Amino acid sequence: MRTETLSKVTPVKLSHLDWLESEAIHIMREVAGQCSNPVLLFSGGKDSICMLRVAEKAFRPGRFPFPLLHVDTGHNYREVTDFRDRRARELGERLIVRSVEDSMARGTVVLKSPDEPRNKHQSVTLLEAIEEFGFDACIGGARRDEEKARAKERIFSFRDEFGQWDPKNQRPELWDLYNARSFKGENIRVFPISNWTEIDVWQYIEREHLELPSIYFAHRRPLVRRSGGLLPVTEVTPARSGETIENLMVRFRTVGDITCTAPVESDADSVARIIAETAITTITERGATRLDDQTSDASMEQRKKEGYF
Amino acid sequence: MSAIERLPSAAVPDNGLLRFLTCGSVDDGKSTLIGRLLFDSKTILADTLHAIQRTSAKRGLDVVDLSLLTDGLQAEREQGITIDVAYRYFTTGTRKYIIADAPGHEQYTRNMVTAASTADLAIILIDARKGVLTQTRRHSYLAHLLGIPHIVVAVNKMDLVDYSPATFAQIRSDYLTFAAGLGLTDVRFIPMSALQGDMIVERGERLDWYNGPTLLEILESAPAIHSAHAEKFRFPVQYVCRPQDSANPELHDYRGFMGRVESGELCVGDAVTVLPSGRETRVKDIQVLGESLDRAVAEQSVTILLEDEIDISRGDMIVKSGELPKVAKQIDAMLCWLSESPLDPRRKYLLRHTTRDSKAMLAGIAFRVDINSMQHEVAERLVMNDIARVRFKLAQPIFADLYTESRGTGAFIVIDESSNNTVGAGMIV
Repeated sequence: MRTETLSKVTPVKLSHLDWLESEAIHIMREVAGQCSNPVLLFSGGKDSICMLRVAEKAFRPGRFPFPLLHVDTGHNYREVTDFRDRRARELGERLIVRSVEDSMARGTVVLKSPDEPRNKHQSVTLLEAIEEFGFDACIGGARRDEEKARAKERIFSFRDEFGQWDPKNQRPELWDLYNARSFKGENIRVFPISNWTEIDVWQYIEREHLELPSIYFAHRRPLVRRSGGLLPVTEVTPARSGETIENLMVRFRTVGDITCTAPVESDADSVARIIAETAITTITERGATRLDDQTSDASMEQRKKEGYF
Repeated sequence: MSAIERLPSAAVPDNGLLRFLTCGSVDDGKSTLIGRLLFDSKTILADTLHAIQRTSAKRGLDVVDLSLLTDGLQAEREQGITIDVAYRYFTTGTRKYIIADAPGHEQYTRNMVTAASTADLAIILIDARKGVLTQTRRHSYLAHLLGIPHIVVAVNKMDLVDYSPATFAQIRSDYLTFAAGLGLTDVRFIPMSALQGDMIVERGERLDWYNGPTLLEILESAPAIHSAHAEKFRFPVQYVCRPQDSANPELHDYRGFMGRVESGELCVGDAVTVLPSGRETRVKDIQVLGESLDRAVAEQSVTILLEDEIDISRGDMIVKSGELPKVAKQIDAMLCWLSESPLDPRRKYLLRHTTRDSKAMLAGIAFRVDINSMQHEVAERLVMNDIARVRFKLAQPIFADLYTESRGTGAFIVIDESSNNTVGAGMIV
């Protein structure tokens, strides 16, 4: 049925954002068409917010053919988890939250020390959730520009029963013919925005007027300077003795576990200003803000082999 | 050209996205070329640059080795090999680029075929000191086989032949001789030095005898694949939207057919035929997220609503009436075998074409192609990296076009159901 009398005029050729969006819609519909029990990972972060808009474009006026899942480390910013819950409610979609803290209580996650970053332990909780619900595919918002292990990963990435990625044994992926077949217990990870870069994400957020958690925008926050980076002072990350607490204008380029996600100094208080900053930035997204990727040259590759996204 | 000047704005037209492939080995300077494109387009950020500066210094180099930008995985560094296709990104402000970087040696055919399947343009690197080699012919043949419409022959390392115009002219002439035999039509030649940065993004000062465009200018002006010629409308149905349980009673009769336009375009009111049923109707609406569009163009993901109630499911195809594809239960194709297990003529495989799967059996191998000499040879079976002309018999019909006419509806993959692996890639001839 026509809902409007005036139709939107389609240009002859798709812009780069239209093309990326269309590719991502196509990928999500392939998951829906090929998999029997998929799930979409939604953290409340900017990449997964873009994925929700793509999912709306892929499936509305129907409901999403998958629930949303967040693997919560228990150390997430309140602004982000509140946003996560509200966004799922507004969309009328089912949100499942599974917590690393539950895995700790079960004894399947054992921390080396109480303040150890919990990001890498999300793999365990994710695999437990996959088993609990019998998911055969997990849709995630990872991008190939983030990291060199991701640059070589397929859009449909096969994982064995242990959730392991084997870079030497990937399925060939040709044209737009995706192979999501798996046996029971195995799992396919699907990355619809593989071909997007950080600036594409921001341009898409601007174009689609997508709402973001407030901590993506410049705000004042107490921080300390530690090993060359800025660390937020929070309940779980207190200042150490001898450190000076500063109140600085900062914003987050990525949001994740509090203990390993650092903000950058910025006064960008709008998406347009963030785009302008991103276009002239001199540090990669993960280099600036992900403390857990800096430990070793191959740390992402290692974590992916262990079942990480 | 600073980054801020390249910021996309309303004044700069968005020239869409171009996917290209670089063919060549590390020795041809491929990694340096990609590094140069990323570096000169200011895609490389300071922390990455510092990291490769440190590594370059550690290896005793006095200049930054841009090839380190494409340095791969831990497993690759340990074994000194390149495993797989890597995808890299840069933008000029008017156009976004996706580079498919296929490794030069190991499993070359398999990787290049994968990378080429989505490319609009191929850059074939030639070392100016070595000229046209067997691998140049192999790369060109595969680029042509996979239907890449634009070929750029990059004669690299001109700095090592004193920027000699005679050397460049000789290579150009050698290449054109065999390109004519392949049927390559759109070939452009460019002399360059990726190491020095000549004719990549900047012209440099050492190739003043060359009046053609720089590599980036060629990339900026190359038409993306679907703008080349008018194509027939093909819409494989991926998913059917029937929100009967919706709270909105208006949606109880809603039937939206969801998919991506593989080729051609469709307008509201057009007469369409649904395959395999052959039922005809008209397009009532084209929607994306509740918004109606006047038409859908190639590569656009949309939802189509039809005038009449027709039973349609995933795997069916909507086409314009009068532009029907071939309904085929037997296909002839060029097949690339991608698996370590050889093609077994006695086994049944799964053939996936658009959104449709069918059991398939080999009905014969006409010939295998020696991709170095391009000679045809007799073959009883196919092993990994083989390319052959084959015939498949199918259990279910597919709605097929020639690959040369429509990539999306002329291509298929072969899946081994015992492993679920993708084992073959085919192009219908």
